[in-house]
Amino acid sequence: MTSAAAVSIRNVSKTFGKGGTKALQNIELDFQPGEFVSLIGPSGCGKSTLLRVIGDLVEPTEGEALIGGKPAHQARLDRDYGMVFQEATLMDWRTIEKNVSLPLELMGWAREKRRDRVRELLELVELTGFEGHYPWQLSGGMQQRVAIARALTFNPSLILMDEPFGALDEMTRDRLNLELLRIWEATSATVVFVTHSIFEAVFLSSRVVVMSARPGRVQKVVEIDLPYPRTTETREDVHFFELATEVRELLRESHSGRDAAPEGT
Amino acid sequence: MRRVGYTGASDCGTEYVVTVNVLKRVGIFLLVLAATCAFYMGYRQLFLSTGWTWPFKVDQYAMPRLQDIVSRLWEPAATEQPPLAQLLVQRALFTAREAAVGFAIGALVGIAIGVVFHFSNLMRRGFQPYVVGSQTVPILAIAPMVVIWLGGQGLPVWMPVAVISAFLTFFPVAINTLRGLDSTDPRKLELMRSYAASEWSTLWRVKFPCSLPYLFSAFKVAATASVVGAIIGELPSSIQDGLGGAILNFAQYYSLDPSALWATNIIAALLGILFFCIVAVTEHFVVRRAPENVA
Repeated sequence: MTSAAAVSIRNVSKTFGKGGTKALQNIELDFQPGEFVSLIGPSGCGKSTLLRVIGDLVEPTEGEALIGGKPAHQARLDRDYGMVFQEATLMDWRTIEKNVSLPLELMGWAREKRRDRVRELLELVELTGFEGHYPWQLSGGMQQRVAIARALTFNPSLILMDEPFGALDEMTRDRLNLELLRIWEATSATVVFVTHSIFEAVFLSSRVVVMSARPGRVQKVVEIDLPYPRTTETREDVHFFELATEVRELLRESHSGRDAAPEGT
Repeated sequence: MRRVGYTGASDCGTEYVVTVNVLKRVGIFLLVLAATCAFYMGYRQLFLSTGWTWPFKVDQYAMPRLQDIVSRLWEPAATEQPPLAQLLVQRALFTAREAAVGFAIGALVGIAIGVVFHFSNLMRRGFQPYVVGSQTVPILAIAPMVVIWLGGQGLPVWMPVAVISAFLTFFPVAINTLRGLDSTDPRKLELMRSYAASEWSTLWRVKFPCSLPYLFSAFKVAATASVVGAIIGELPSSIQDGLGGAILNFAQYYSLDPSALWATNIIAALLGILFFCIVAVTEHFVVRRAPENVA
């Protein structure tokens, strides 16, 4: 066990409210630096909650999350991770440039430095020329690319993504998946990616964590041994389908268990 | 600051659309104005010719002729004096200053109260009843105290009136500031938390901009309230230079000269509308939001 795990989740449990729903139960996971890990599971399995525990946005009832060996709280204060939500969550009153530079403003970067960094990032997400636009002038996919650029501004070693493409149409999602891989390879950051698309999880990840619901537990971690860089051909690979089938069957197992029990929360 | 609602649509049709919209608005405004005047005159004529007395008997005191009210503006305010219109504009400017200062004080105090209540539940629970209660006190009842407190401090004589006006304006601003700050999108707050942003940063960079639409709704209410507050505040303060003094004066001579009071009321209403419009235009330039959300 390496002490320098990018993310280390130690026996994390989370219960909401007094004697309420058990969202997470005894989660133990380690992600290595540079890994692309997806969390997948039925809705209510606590995958978003787990992501928020890593980001110190939700306090675990038991256990702890470490980022690069640091407690999650300290990592948040040190701005060790960037976050991307399902909604782009851009500020309507700020231009694209100002949206991307928001974290840098908070960190007290000089105006000149901010502008250069924003230009670099907009180039990376292929939105050069949209600096002066406002969020509502952009399509959903473009807005999400702005959110990704914003998460990358201060060069965090970890990127947390909560179903970032969940609200987009399939074609846009496929294209952004390829783009995300390109960006990931360019930054060498660790990515923790929450999704409920099996194909998305298998296509992007080096490992897929399959979770089951009520309470949220780790069902199995599936190694995705498809070589990078992945391309559109990867999606037509026989092994890609084998892995997707494996994940699907694991999910069905966790589902059937849930369906047998009466519907909770 | 520039209007951003149209920057995205850089096609040449935009300017044309804007012009047509403005013309449409002006047209509707004139139409409604003409209809209102026609209704007033028609109602008056009908009741005069039929002699109906319900709900009230119509004569030159109940409803002066519209043309008398308008022409009264060009007649001398009193014997050997300049035209009434000139006098009323001077009075309106005096009242406008009180109202503007009152609006500014009220807005600042209101925002401050809203922010304090937003951050402290204890303060909110403890003081909200008094803030609400303050609005149930009639202005006429607090005016003498305010005049005494602020008199003889080297402040301008109209300052107490501005404070009385602020007493009316701070309330909607406080309530809406609180509501705006409380209603900030939780996802935006989570994002700021992920950046370990300070409370102050989050307030300034996210919560304030998010509550601007609420704030401007309050400013619109406060703008007209500040004019009413200034006029009413003049009455017990024995200030003769504003519209309040003019209203009091013409009210006393109503049976001799009803048109003068009607004309004064119209000027007072125009002042309130002007204040409202200033706020609305400012909002148009300050609040940046998607065109489909523009009210």
